[in-house]
Amino acid sequence: MNKIWLVIQREYLSRVKKKSFLLATLLTPLIFPAIMAIFVWIAVEEKENQALRIIEVVDENDLFFLESSEQYAFSFSDRTVEEAKELVKKGDRYGFLYIPKINLESPEGITYYGEENPNMNLISYLKSSLKKKIEDQRLYESGIDPEILSQIRTSVDVKAITLDEAGGERVSDATVNYAIGFLAGILIYMFIFIYGNQIMQGVIEEKSSRIVEILVSSLRPFQLMMGKIVGIAGVGLTQLLIWIVLIGTLTTVITGFLGMQLPQQQAMELAQGEVVQAVPDTEMGEILAVINGIDFFTLVSSFVFYFLGGYLLYGALFAGIGSAVESPSDAQQFMLPVTIPLIVAYMGLFVFVLQDPNSTTSFWLSIIPFTSPIAMMGRISYGVPFWELALSMGLLVLGFLATTWLAAKIYRIGILMHGTKPSYKTLWRWVKSSY
Amino acid sequence: MLEIEKLNKSYGPNRALTDVDLFVPKGVVFGLLGPNGAGKSTLIRIINQIIDADTGTIQIEGKKLSPDHIATIGYLPEERGLYKKMKVWDQMLYFARLKGLSQSEAKKRINHWLEKMDMATWREKKVEDLSKGMAQKVQFISTILHEPALLILDEPFSGFDPVNAEIIKDQILELKQKGITVILSTHRMESVELLCDQVAMINKSRKILDGTIREVKNSFRPDIFHVTLEKIQNPLPAEWRAKEEDGQWHFSKSLDGLTPNELLADLMTYGQVSRFQEQVPSMEEIFIHQVKSSAHE
Repeated sequence: MNKIWLVIQREYLSRVKKKSFLLATLLTPLIFPAIMAIFVWIAVEEKENQALRIIEVVDENDLFFLESSEQYAFSFSDRTVEEAKELVKKGDRYGFLYIPKINLESPEGITYYGEENPNMNLISYLKSSLKKKIEDQRLYESGIDPEILSQIRTSVDVKAITLDEAGGERVSDATVNYAIGFLAGILIYMFIFIYGNQIMQGVIEEKSSRIVEILVSSLRPFQLMMGKIVGIAGVGLTQLLIWIVLIGTLTTVITGFLGMQLPQQQAMELAQGEVVQAVPDTEMGEILAVINGIDFFTLVSSFVFYFLGGYLLYGALFAGIGSAVESPSDAQQFMLPVTIPLIVAYMGLFVFVLQDPNSTTSFWLSIIPFTSPIAMMGRISYGVPFWELALSMGLLVLGFLATTWLAAKIYRIGILMHGTKPSYKTLWRWVKSSY
Repeated sequence: MLEIEKLNKSYGPNRALTDVDLFVPKGVVFGLLGPNGAGKSTLIRIINQIIDADTGTIQIEGKKLSPDHIATIGYLPEERGLYKKMKVWDQMLYFARLKGLSQSEAKKRINHWLEKMDMATWREKKVEDLSKGMAQKVQFISTILHEPALLILDEPFSGFDPVNAEIIKDQILELKQKGITVILSTHRMESVELLCDQVAMINKSRKILDGTIREVKNSFRPDIFHVTLEKIQNPLPAEWRAKEEDGQWHFSKSLDGLTPNELLADLMTYGQVSRFQEQVPSMEEIFIHQVKSSAHE
């Protein structure tokens, strides 16, 4: 046990002491907001500098009207199709929308001509405007007054309340839950990949430089492998902790700097539970109510659990792969069984879990140990029944015990093998052999 | 010190060791010889408890080999490596502590060795900044820091320049003086003759000979004498193929059933014997002879 501790210390300190660790830890939380800020800035700049795009509209029904926006202006005329196309070619018009005489019941033949491919926004704007106009027209023709029509149109907002087993109610918001699930899932995915790779690199370094021969004459291969995995987990947790502290301070400083103390005050008041009734019906108040409704303890503790569980499960596999090969490029052939479930989990997060956290697919993704660390984090902010969480966690523990056992079998032989490129068959023989 | 009985090990269909017995007395330098792939590394790995034998027993000082022995064995593998990015000091400390030394004891000994080997200025250097010879010295010290009772050196001289090889040789002899048992696995037969008290040779998974250097050499005497005669009185038989050089006749003569004294008496009848020397095989010759002859089996 003492020896594992020595390995953990070395693996941890040799990484944390590196300048690159400090740099990556400090810069990563700044990089994402920075990239976002740059995008926003570019988008704003682009909008400001963009020349107004004029689109020629020829409407043979004399019915449609399209509202001009900051980006697009619509010019209606009686030009022929050929004339209008000519305008586009000459560059006098950005595009040309041709609406032939149409039957309102099945409008066909509406065409957009442009020098360049129209973007999605423009097309969907055109579609929705035309659709609305056609629908209005048809309602009108069937005898409904446009006045009444506009009175009928209402805007609806559904407020979601989640009931928990204890009988409590909390305000939830799909968007906030989505964001939490999204962030937590991605973080775990990235963590597994980045630190799993570090385990693999470390094992390959020890094997190819032959240090391992000396090491295993002093301690069991299993101790060496676990020491490395746990030591690197410590590095990851340290990084996470620094980020949390960093982001926390940064947000406080920035909001303070911008003079936006209001949300904080409200948050504090909310936390004290005095003014729950008096939460103003503003958007800010709603968000605060939602944030207040999140069970942070469950969220954070299950995040740490899945973070570590997923890492241990895949980390062992990364260690096993590293031990079987002599260079990172040789490792490619064995990466598939590791990357496929990770990518399935990642895609599943977006396609199923975040869309419908309670569907059957989402359920299974969050139960199977290979996908559960990522998938369950996508569900957790929506609220997950206790038994599902317990089952998923229990299976994850079994899962990483199994992968660790498997990897240790490969590892103890692999680290001493040189000169031969193993195949899956060889690996399986190693697993079975008692050596 | 080390007693091995009927050790067997195979990797799938390949036999690495077959019924190997070995006895290494305390305080000797023991040469483990054999061509590549003979099973030496497997034997060394088993003694180091890196892998397990299939059958057979190993005892160190009368006790069955167990994890407790790790601290009493020092091992320098043939292919050696250090963490490139780690500092010399940290590295030595890590290896020493893995062998079970306390932090303070390890530091004391590292300081002592760095001074002794004139390496004190390297302690904050990273291994990647050291020359190959320097790294080898670091490695050698790391192997002996915990003062093992049994030191296993696999090709310890490979990669050393002659000056450093000499330093390492002196260190090995010094350790022997202290009563440490050394197992030396090597191809370099001249270092075997210089350093080893006893040898064992392994070929194709089996031990094919062992004993003291003298015993081994005696058993391989070809019974040939190198002779120089002067002042010839009788003509020498043609089949002796003697060559003349400035009035001296040189040739080799096998005993052909005579004792050396009888041969000498016989030679004296031809002239004055100025040289009469038995041809003693070098360890290298024995090595090559043994490997070749077992290849025909």
